[in-house]
Amino acid sequence: MPTSVILALLTITVLGISALADRRKTWQGVTKGVKMLLKLLPHFLVLVILVSVFLWLLPQNTLVAYLGQESGFMGMIIAAVLGALALIPGPIAYPLCGVLLEQGVSYAVLAVFITTLMMVGILTLPVETKYFGARISILRNVLCWLGALVIGALVGVLL
Amino acid sequence: MKKFLNKENIFILVFLLFIIISRLLHVQEVEPITKNFMNFSIEIFTLVPCIFILIGIFDVWVPQETIQKHTGECSGLKGSIFVILLAMFQGGPLYGAFPVAHILWEKGCSPRNVFMYLGAFSTLKIPMLFFEVSFIGLEFALLRAVIALPVFIIIAEIMSRYSAVRHAN
Repeated sequence: MPTSVILALLTITVLGISALADRRKTWQGVTKGVKMLLKLLPHFLVLVILVSVFLWLLPQNTLVAYLGQESGFMGMIIAAVLGALALIPGPIAYPLCGVLLEQGVSYAVLAVFITTLMMVGILTLPVETKYFGARISILRNVLCWLGALVIGALVGVLL
Repeated sequence: MKKFLNKENIFILVFLLFIIISRLLHVQEVEPITKNFMNFSIEIFTLVPCIFILIGIFDVWVPQETIQKHTGECSGLKGSIFVILLAMFQGGPLYGAFPVAHILWEKGCSPRNVFMYLGAFSTLKIPMLFFEVSFIGLEFALLRAVIALPVFIIIAEIMSRYSAVRHAN
C-alpha cells in the first residue's frame, strides 16, 4: 500500500476516534492543522519549484555520484556541511529528503543531513552564544556535527 | 494585495508564467521541469495535509502546558526523562529551544539534562517524526531515533563535565 493511502486511513481513524471523544476539540485541532498548512503552503510550492528546476539543470547521475550509495564518506561530509549551514524548517526539509531519496540519495547521507540540520546551526551560533557563551556553544556544535556523522554511518550500515 | 505579493508568491507566479509561456511556444527542453513539478507536487500534497491535521489533533489532546507544569523536577534520571518528554512534545526550530534550555538551567536543572533537552529537541520531536515517517519511512525514522538517543546522551555527558570543569576554575 502506498504511504499516502496508509496516512489517509490513519488520519481518518484518528479523526474518528477524536471526534467520538470530543467534537469541539477535534474541530479545533483540524483548524489548527489547516492553518499551519496554509501558512507553509507557499514554502512547499517554492521547494517543489526549486527542486524541479535544480534536478533538470543537474546532469543525470550527478546527484547519485556525489550523494548516492557509492559516495561513501565524501557524500556524508557534503551532507554534514550543507546541514550545518542550511536553515530549513523540518516540514520543508523532510519532503525534500523524500524527493532526494527517490533520486538515489542514500539513507546514510539523508540521516547525516537531517541530523546536522536539526542539531548543528552555524548561522544560529550568535543566538546560542547569547544564552550559553561561546565556548559551550562551539563545543556543542562540534560534538553534534561529529555525532551526526556517527549516526549517519550507523544508519548506512544497518539500513 | 500587498500581503499577497510577498517573495514566495511572486516567485511562484513567475514560475507559472514561465511554464505557461514555454508551453505556448512549444519549448520541448523545459518539458521535464513541468513533469518534475507535477510529480513532486502530487507526492507532497497527498501527504502534507494529513500530517498537519494529525499534528493539530495531537496538539489539542496533548497541550504543551501539561508537560511544562512539571518543570520543577529537573535533576537526576527522573529529570532526564522529563526533559526528553518536554522536548518531544514541542515544535519549532532549534533556536527557539535555546531560551527554554536557558530557563531550565537557571531553574537549577543539571547541565546534563539541559543538553539532553537540546539533543532530544533536535531529534525526537513528535510532529517532526510524523514527517520523517511519511517521507523517508518508518524503518529509517525508528533506526535514526534509536541511534541518536545514545549519541546525544554521550554528548550531554561530555558537555556537562566540560561545564563543571569550567565552573570550578
